[in-house]
Amino acid sequence: MITIMQKLFKRFFTDLFKKRKNLKMGLYGPPNGGKTTLANKICVDWLGEEMGSVSNVAHETREIQIKEQVIIKSNGKELAFNLVDTPGIATKIDYEEFLKVGIKEKEAKARAREATKGVIDSIKWLDDMDVVIIVLDSTKDPYTQVNITIVGNLQARDIPVLLVANKIDLRKSDIKKIQSAFPQYEVVGISAKQGNNMDDFYESLFKLTR
Amino acid sequence: MLTLEFMPYDEIAQLSSNKRISKLLRIVKENKILLLEGRLKKEEEAELIKRTMEEIDEDFKGIELGVIFPGEKESDMLKKLKANMVNLLLGDRRGFTIIGPATVVKEIKQDPNKIQLFTNSKFKS
Repeated sequence: MITIMQKLFKRFFTDLFKKRKNLKMGLYGPPNGGKTTLANKICVDWLGEEMGSVSNVAHETREIQIKEQVIIKSNGKELAFNLVDTPGIATKIDYEEFLKVGIKEKEAKARAREATKGVIDSIKWLDDMDVVIIVLDSTKDPYTQVNITIVGNLQARDIPVLLVANKIDLRKSDIKKIQSAFPQYEVVGISAKQGNNMDDFYESLFKLTR
Repeated sequence: MLTLEFMPYDEIAQLSSNKRISKLLRIVKENKILLLEGRLKKEEEAELIKRTMEEIDEDFKGIELGVIFPGEKESDMLKKLKANMVNLLLGDRRGFTIIGPATVVKEIKQDPNKIQLFTNSKFKS
C-alpha cells in the first residue's frame, strides 16, 4: 500500500513538473547495443552535432553524457528533453578483454576501472529518469539477466519504457525475439548507424511521453 | 574442480538487502557457483550488479547471473494476486537464482523455463 501511495505521489509531482522542465530521457542497455550511435543520430538530426565517440570495443562510453535541450518535431508536435547517454550495464568487466583488441595493459586496466564506475553511475541514475529508451542489439539474444534486471527496475520505478531493436540493417537481426522476450513493451526496429526507420522511432517517442 | 553451493531461501529471508548481497557475493568470491532458492527483489538485483562492480579487481572479474522463474507468465489474475501477497510477506521463493564468478562461469543462457550454464575452460581451482 505504501509503495502504491509513493508511486501515485511521485507520478503526481512528476506530471506537475514535467510541464515546467525538460524531460530526462535516458538511453540504457548492455554494452555495444548502439546507445551512443543512437544518441549521436538524434543529436545530428535535431542539433546538427554529435554527442559522443563510438567504437566496436565494449565500454567505449564510460561516463554519463548529457545533451540538454534537444527538441524534436513531428506532425506539428514538439518534444523537448535532456538526452542522457549512459554506460552499458554489465555484470563482469575483465581488463584482459581489452588487451585482446590491442589496448596496452596500463590503459586496459584504467579502462576497466572507468567501466566499472560507469556501470555504477548508470544504475544510480535510474531513479532520475523520466522516460527510458532501452537500446538492444537485435542480432543478439535479448533474454539476458542484465536486460531483464534493467526492465524489471524500470517497471518497479514506474518509468515509461521504449524498446529499440537496433542494427536491423544486419542479416542476423531478429526483432521478433525482442518482442517475445518483452511483450509488455512497444519495440521499434531501427538502424541508428544507417538511419533506418528513424521516423517511426521519433513517432514512438511522442507516444511514450504523451 | 567446480563447487556448486545450494542456499535455501530461509538463509537470507531475515537479512536486510545489504546483508543478503554481501552474503551472496562472499560465497561467489570463493569461486563457488551459488544456486539460491527463489529470487532477489528487482532493486536487489540492480544493487548486486552495483556492488559487484565496486568489488572488481585483478582477481575478481565480476559475476554471471541467471534467474529461472517458471511462474512468470501466470495468466490467472487470482493466482497472480495470491502469489504476490505471499511474496510480499515471505519473499519470493519461486524459481532459482544462479550466481557464478565470471572466472568460472563463461555464460548463462536462459529462457523463462530453462537455464544453460557454460563454464570457462581456462578455470583452474
